[in-house]
Amino acid sequence: MTSTVDTVGTRVPGRRGVRLGPASWVLRPRLVVVCLTGLAALVLLVAVNVGLGDFPIGVPDVLRVLAGGGSHAQRYIVLELRLPRTLTGALVGAALGVSGAIVQAVARNPLASPDILGVTWGAGAGAVAVIAVAGSYGGISGLASTVGLPVAALGGGTLAGFAVHLLAWRRGLEGYRLVLVGVAVSTALANLTYWLLTVGNVTEASRAMAWITGSLNGRGWTDLLPVAAALGVLLPASLLGVAVLGALQLDDDTVGGLGVRAGPARAALVLAAVLLASVATAAAGPVTFVALAVPQVAMRLAGLAQPPLLASAVFGAALTIGADVLARTAFPVELPVGVVTAALGAPYLMYLLARRARA
Amino acid sequence: MTRSVARPAGPDAAPPVGSGPLAARRRRRLVGLAALLLVLLAACLASVAVGARAVPPAAVWHALVAPTGTVDDLTVRALRLPRTALGLAAGAALGVAGALMQGHTRNPLADPGLLGVTAGAAFAVVLAVSALGVTNLSGYVWFGFAGALLASVGVFLLGSGARGGATPVTLALAGAAVTALLHALTTAVVLLDARSLDAYRFWQIGSLIGRDPGVAGRVAPFLAAGLLLAAANAPGLNALALGEDVARALGQRIGLVRLLGVLAVTVLTGASVAACGPLAFVGLVVPHAARAICGADYRWVLPYSALLGAVLLLVADVLGRVVARPGELEVGIMLALVGAPFLVMLVRRRRLARL
Repeated sequence: MTSTVDTVGTRVPGRRGVRLGPASWVLRPRLVVVCLTGLAALVLLVAVNVGLGDFPIGVPDVLRVLAGGGSHAQRYIVLELRLPRTLTGALVGAALGVSGAIVQAVARNPLASPDILGVTWGAGAGAVAVIAVAGSYGGISGLASTVGLPVAALGGGTLAGFAVHLLAWRRGLEGYRLVLVGVAVSTALANLTYWLLTVGNVTEASRAMAWITGSLNGRGWTDLLPVAAALGVLLPASLLGVAVLGALQLDDDTVGGLGVRAGPARAALVLAAVLLASVATAAAGPVTFVALAVPQVAMRLAGLAQPPLLASAVFGAALTIGADVLARTAFPVELPVGVVTAALGAPYLMYLLARRARA
Repeated sequence: MTRSVARPAGPDAAPPVGSGPLAARRRRRLVGLAALLLVLLAACLASVAVGARAVPPAAVWHALVAPTGTVDDLTVRALRLPRTALGLAAGAALGVAGALMQGHTRNPLADPGLLGVTAGAAFAVVLAVSALGVTNLSGYVWFGFAGALLASVGVFLLGSGARGGATPVTLALAGAAVTALLHALTTAVVLLDARSLDAYRFWQIGSLIGRDPGVAGRVAPFLAAGLLLAAANAPGLNALALGEDVARALGQRIGLVRLLGVLAVTVLTGASVAACGPLAFVGLVVPHAARAICGADYRWVLPYSALLGAVLLLVADVLGRVVARPGELEVGIMLALVGAPFLVMLVRRRRLARL
């Protein structure tokens, strides 16, 4: 049951509310417009990405197939061969975007993101450890691969996140120290991953490349499923918790006064973020800088004070697919998507540092 | 603690003639240096003897003194010796470069690897090999210098915009950002060019193997030049440790000292990257250890750093051959696994003291 709330009684002039059962939101037209624009861009980029390959298909044809039409051959190529890869990319990007938005909102620090805080490389190391162990028992496949890899990635990501927090904790968390400890732990874990790759005899070059730079090459439905499940559960859950996330922008006393238990709320939200980032990494390897840059871009576009979750998901997916399109078309050889996101995202981190320095 | 120990060791603090606490300390430092030399010798021996094919010490001696062409002789002379020489040269260069960077920036987190200098050199070298077709080391080492210089200037500009100048932390973050960008670009160039793909992992991580045996010899003149520049820089660096104003009042020409330091770091880092790829953490760990042993006088810190750097690199390389039997682990991976915890420890200090 949806109805607009009478604004006379509220203290937010000019903002209309939306009420759905016990929950209510402030209606923000600009955010809605930004989300819809991002969604349109995402659909277009997905269509372009699906059309790429040895047998190019035009954007209108791809859209026709996605809508249920198209020739038999086109349907086979688009739905069976190419869509899993593109969809994996979109969901990985969305998961990373939401994860980054939650972490940045909770930490109140634009430098915080799962890839800088060690979660991404921790998840990568966990997943590669499973591959390395399974490699000595004749490879990994079937259920072990669909369930085992994401679970191992989750374990690795959570452990790494905990480790970074513990190591950076010194009578409170200080932003820069957290980030530097994250850089150190990430470096160690990245090198641990290289080691495990040699131990595990990952001879398949594209597979190894995915774990080193992040790649969508050869991703299929088995990679897609865990990300889709995690996103399907956690995105609505975090959207319901968005009011709590808003309250966490204030200091702890005020948060308590608003009736939110800051500690448990923070822990639950960060856990959700770690889960999303870990599952995304298990599917596509470390696709860096998406989680760092996207929430801030979405926040600025929507003109808000904290990163919006849904818009971050949409823009994360759009950025990842856009980077993949660039990686597949701009060069004579197809590059891993992680290389392009890093090349786009690192200058953003530099800009962030320069801007902070001047402020 | 005697009074003389507490005195700052500036360039004018030359030890007085005769005996006394200063002379005793000097003796102690010389003895330490000699002991370190012995450790280095042991590390060299281990590097020659340990590997997929273990060579007993007697056979090593046989190969070095009177080779007769046995398998052990060939292993030692064609594979192990060049590799050891490369590790020796690169370790000493990176150790000294790290000490110079920490001295000039007065930043305990400075390291050619952490501040993006090795990444810049690696990118420039890869670009030269791939785009311009430069194939010999004496050609692309110059690109390594240019890349190292550009990257260090970029990182310093980026990190020093902060209030109160460049703090250790902003510099390290700027270095991380620049490294991430250059790493991605290097990966892209290497993937686009099948010719250099053979050496991919080497440019990604840094390694002493898979290089042609003459590399150490060809890079040696550049490293010698860099070490000479560094040695000439030591007295000025001691004065700079007191602050720029005091150094100027003591008669140092700040611009010249800085220029000398930048040149030395560029040459040492560029040459070592051209020889064995980007290696991080040697320059971070080694100067701290050197200072712990011999105090803050850069005339001693630099030689100690050179020896310790060579020891660290050789030991890491030997460990890499042992832990991943029957395969090998690139020395860059071993260094990161050792160096990252050290970085965490430094960052966790209550205050990052300015050197």
